Amino acid sequence: MSTNDLWTTTHGMVFGFIFLLGFAGALVGIYMMKSEWLTTEGTNANVNRLRAFLWLLAAAVWVAVFTGTYIVYPWYRAAPPEGAIDLTNFPRYLLLANESTAFWHKLGMEWKEHVAFISPMAATVVAFVVQYYGAALTKKPEIRRWVMIFFIVAFFAASVAGMFGAFITKAAPIR
Amino acid sequence: MTTAEINKPNGPVAAALLAGGIGSAVLGLLTFGAEASEVIKNLLNWYQPVGPLMGKSSVGILAFVLSWAILNFIWQGKETNFNRIAIAAMVLVVIGLIFTFPPVWSILLGGE
Repeated sequence: MSTNDLWTTTHGMVFGFIFLLGFAGALVGIYMMKSEWLTTEGTNANVNRLRAFLWLLAAAVWVAVFTGTYIVYPWYRAAPPEGAIDLTNFPRYLLLANESTAFWHKLGMEWKEHVAFISPMAATVVAFVVQYYGAALTKKPEIRRWVMIFFIVAFFAASVAGMFGAFITKAAPIR
Repeated sequence: MTTAEINKPNGPVAAALLAGGIGSAVLGLLTFGAEASEVIKNLLNWYQPVGPLMGKSSVGILAFVLSWAILNFIWQGKETNFNRIAIAAMVLVVIGLIFTFPPVWSILLGGE
């Protein structure tokens, strides 16, 4: 595995994956914060775990977008030398060179690289709200509902980035 | 959980949500702006290896952080109309989602 492979994997399969994998558990945790379902003791014990978990997820998705943007993306968009025929090491140009693969750049990469940044912002907001209210969120159904909506948006943005990241890596791997 | 915790004002939470919306909308509008105008694209190109993505994402994040700090300062210790602010925040997030979607650029700007 080359350094480039290692960073690409770390970006998507470690940090991105932590967020995507942890989302469902955290969403259920927020959804379950209903006073009629939980004892006070249970709520207090759960909320501290949930707080730590949400901050971990938010941190993971921030690291995923920064490693993606500043480490992996420059390799992806590097321009080949003039007259180069072998574009294997220049994924963006390799995809654009063929009409059947140009889609992966024009829709996939262009969407992924931008929408991904919505995810850490939304995830941070969610972590903050749960940190702020803690167990009292069980008494705030309206706020809890908006928090879940924000979290789903964070997941949607990260899913788009993750899904296209996987497809693009398959079509034109960064070597 | 104490009464004080339950009665905590919702201002800081409203500030966070609205800031998330502002950051997303700024990111979306800059993304679209960079597609629409070469001048904006060049202005956002702060670091050649990353291209304009650095400017777009940095300004979006800066808008998120700054608006959060300002709104938190304004609404700290205050009770706000949370639902109205949350709806506004969601509208802004949707603006961010719409304008980061490449087919929207083609529809609004023409071309492929």
